[in-house]
Amino acid sequence: MTRSPDSRPTAGPAKAAPATLRQRLAELRGPGSTPRPLDARALAALAANPGCRRRVLLDGAGVDKSALARALGAPAASGQSQFAIARGHSFEARAKADGGTELVRLLHEQLRDGTAAPEPGSADVPDLTAGGPEGRTARTALALREATAAGRWALLDHPLLALPVAGAPAFLEPDAVVVHPDGTWTVVEIKSFPVIDGAADPGKVGAAARQAAVYVLALEELAARTGDGDPARVRHEILLVCPKDFANVPVAGLVDVRKPRATTRRQLARLARVEDIAAELPAGTTFDLCLADDGKTAHRPAGELAAAVEAVGAAYAPECLAACELAFHCRARARAEGSVATLGRGLRGELGGLTTVESVLAAALGDAPVPEEAPGGAPDPTVVALRRAAALRAEALAPPLTGIEAAACR
Amino acid sequence: MSLITTLARLEAVRDGRAQPLTTVRHRHLAEQPLVFVPLTTAGEAGAPLGALVGTERERPRLLVVPQPRDRDLRFAFLAELAEEMLPYVEGFAEDITLEERKETDPETGKKVTVQAELCAGAPQLLVPGAAGVSYVRLLGRSMRFRRTAEQDPDAPHPAPPRVPLLGRWLTHFGERARVPGSSLLLPMTELLGRHWATGQSSLEDQHLGALLAWIDPPEGLTGAEAALRAELARDAAGQLLHPPAGPATDPAFDNKLLAPAVARHDAGLPGASKEIRALLETQLRPTWDAVWRGVDLLRALPEGVRAGERWKRDRWSYTAHRDRVRAGEPPQPRRDDAVTAARKLAAREAAQAQLEAQEALDDPLVMAGRRLAGEAFTGEVTEVVMEYTEAKVPRPRPLVTVRTDDGPYLAEGAKVHRVLPGGKAQPGEFAGHVPGEPGALTVRLTGGMGRGREPEPGSVPEKGDRVCWTLFEHAPRGGPELPDPERTPWTHGGPPGEPAAELPDPVTAEDLL
Repeated sequence: MTRSPDSRPTAGPAKAAPATLRQRLAELRGPGSTPRPLDARALAALAANPGCRRRVLLDGAGVDKSALARALGAPAASGQSQFAIARGHSFEARAKADGGTELVRLLHEQLRDGTAAPEPGSADVPDLTAGGPEGRTARTALALREATAAGRWALLDHPLLALPVAGAPAFLEPDAVVVHPDGTWTVVEIKSFPVIDGAADPGKVGAAARQAAVYVLALEELAARTGDGDPARVRHEILLVCPKDFANVPVAGLVDVRKPRATTRRQLARLARVEDIAAELPAGTTFDLCLADDGKTAHRPAGELAAAVEAVGAAYAPECLAACELAFHCRARARAEGSVATLGRGLRGELGGLTTVESVLAAALGDAPVPEEAPGGAPDPTVVALRRAAALRAEALAPPLTGIEAAACR
Repeated sequence: MSLITTLARLEAVRDGRAQPLTTVRHRHLAEQPLVFVPLTTAGEAGAPLGALVGTERERPRLLVVPQPRDRDLRFAFLAELAEEMLPYVEGFAEDITLEERKETDPETGKKVTVQAELCAGAPQLLVPGAAGVSYVRLLGRSMRFRRTAEQDPDAPHPAPPRVPLLGRWLTHFGERARVPGSSLLLPMTELLGRHWATGQSSLEDQHLGALLAWIDPPEGLTGAEAALRAELARDAAGQLLHPPAGPATDPAFDNKLLAPAVARHDAGLPGASKEIRALLETQLRPTWDAVWRGVDLLRALPEGVRAGERWKRDRWSYTAHRDRVRAGEPPQPRRDDAVTAARKLAAREAAQAQLEAQEALDDPLVMAGRRLAGEAFTGEVTEVVMEYTEAKVPRPRPLVTVRTDDGPYLAEGAKVHRVLPGGKAQPGEFAGHVPGEPGALTVRLTGGMGRGREPEPGSVPEKGDRVCWTLFEHAPRGGPELPDPERTPWTHGGPPGEPAAELPDPVTAEDLL
């Protein structure tokens, strides 16, 4: 049985990109630059805005979007505080201490399935080191197969998984995957935001679930490909490990990721294929920054780069600002075009076919007869509502009459 | 979002500056609010880095934790914070007025009128944004279960004396902030966002600097340009010109400036903690000034008539918490029991309905939104026909016909309400559309006309008057009363019993808050 998460025939992950496409993508990146790997966070962000062809292409080609945004003159605030990184590392080390004993114990405790508690130190921790991403994914697949056959607890620390996305492979590195004695697999996500009195920030839990859903998809894909392939062996509940209250003690909870998994699967399947987008580009289009020897300064004129970026359409929404390095550039473009998308998705949905600020204001404040929806049909309801709203707003904001004027009106 | 708000945002884009969403200020602003601008350490749950706090804009008090992972330094910070905040918070406790209110007599079960103390004022905390409100809650949670050496001589790391008390107050502020329309703890971004529409999305409005840039752009710049500068402009060293309003810091600040300074502090180099103080002040001061600028902008708006009524509820809430503290009650529990939770939810729902009604009644621009939504209508009276009930003592039931351009969603017999000149609400019911006259409809007045056969003067509109009727109640009440705690149904866990004493958080070897 072969089933792929995006219901598209897939070749081996490492060979998903045929030579011509790979060459084309390398051209887009520019000679000499290594592709930036797609991580789960980027994939989840991509799935949140599947209509953005620009992001699909740039991510698919592994273009360094931060450097591109800098060269375009619209850098995003990026990077992470070293305090947060240090804290994240120390907590992850703490959670995985003693050969995974604590982690497996937390998982077993959460399962509440009546099986015997694992003995301390009884979990296998296979060595996953190998050269290159292809080597590491192969090593992970092998270790998973062996651990599943062994019928014991096993902890895979930072395994590497591959998932074909829009026709190009993405390599994903979950914090850990635990193999249960019954041969099922659980994704483990370790985060350093706290769980206080049993409750965590729902926004952060949601983001963690979306990220973990991508790992679950990749594992299902792997399970389907390996020998006795059964995607059902991947559990749809992931183990989220966080610090408890204000201490450094790990506390865990199972999070059902079926919903984000279904969303992500559907959205990833909807992504236009990188190949198709690349094929539509004018010949010679490239996002090469022509970096100087210092590896930082871009020599490519910003105008040329902007034209290259403009060659592929974007679907900007304010949510992009938190999820995409190029968002400030896209926002500036959307503003320059007067698009109402800059004001938020909800607002845009209210305005029907009117997509620019100018056209909405003209419709609301103009005195031309209301256009008809269809020839001879009812007047356009959006325009009618806008006119009414504008009239009410103007009435409420009209300067109040002074005493004398008010008296004169009587 | 109403289409009127949408239009205001689009006009803001066109004009390059924010547009008014209201004609009055819908929240009470204290004469002397306490502004609190906290900063936290990235990645840590509750390790404050520093804060600016105070009631005088020219003289904020700067509090700093040079090494956030050091428990003693954090405690010193919290002790200083308590020293700064508690005198202000407790300063309203003594000045009281007496209010009459109805209470159920526990013995007879009858409603009796009792005299109750109500504090004449209440403290008001202003923080830069919604994240600041969450942080106040977090600080409250981290402090209220601590034990001082006096409470528990064996406590391994006793907290400074007044810290648990501050934790209880901050928890109360955080809890109160969840009640719609309350003003004990207010985030500046939300306050400004309620009163102005910018030409950016509401997500971007969370940035205090950008929001202010739209409302009051500097000379020669449009709101969009000024906002962009507030969001992204950096100096030659790569530091933001407008640091984030916190409590999170900018990663570039952490990595390039703060981390080396903390390292120098750890190495015991002289002057390092002074350096950290100076660094944090550069991050905090712009936000402090921005919050006060927001206060100026808001003060320029006249306060809505009914905002004072809601502030009175805040005063009740403050007085009640003062009484709980005085009575020696234990700190708020980690989790509410079912009864408390149900009561809080009901209170918040009632407050939300009340807020929506009051804002509309206070402000023609908000009412315009309700009219557009078909929840209210304004029109000119074209005819008044006196009618009476057929009871022994006939009562007036006049029929008032108005012509309106609004499209209210009215069903036959629907209740409508309007404000009488005296401020009371007058009920009426929809009696039907006038056939053949689009926009004309008839309302039968059903009350508010006094006790006599003839309506009191001024209680019935006359021909030519402009009147505004709403389909929503002016003083909506909450749902049915909840059962007493001892009669909690099993669906909600049954009677809660004696509340178990909350234990302090266990102290771990890890040096974290």
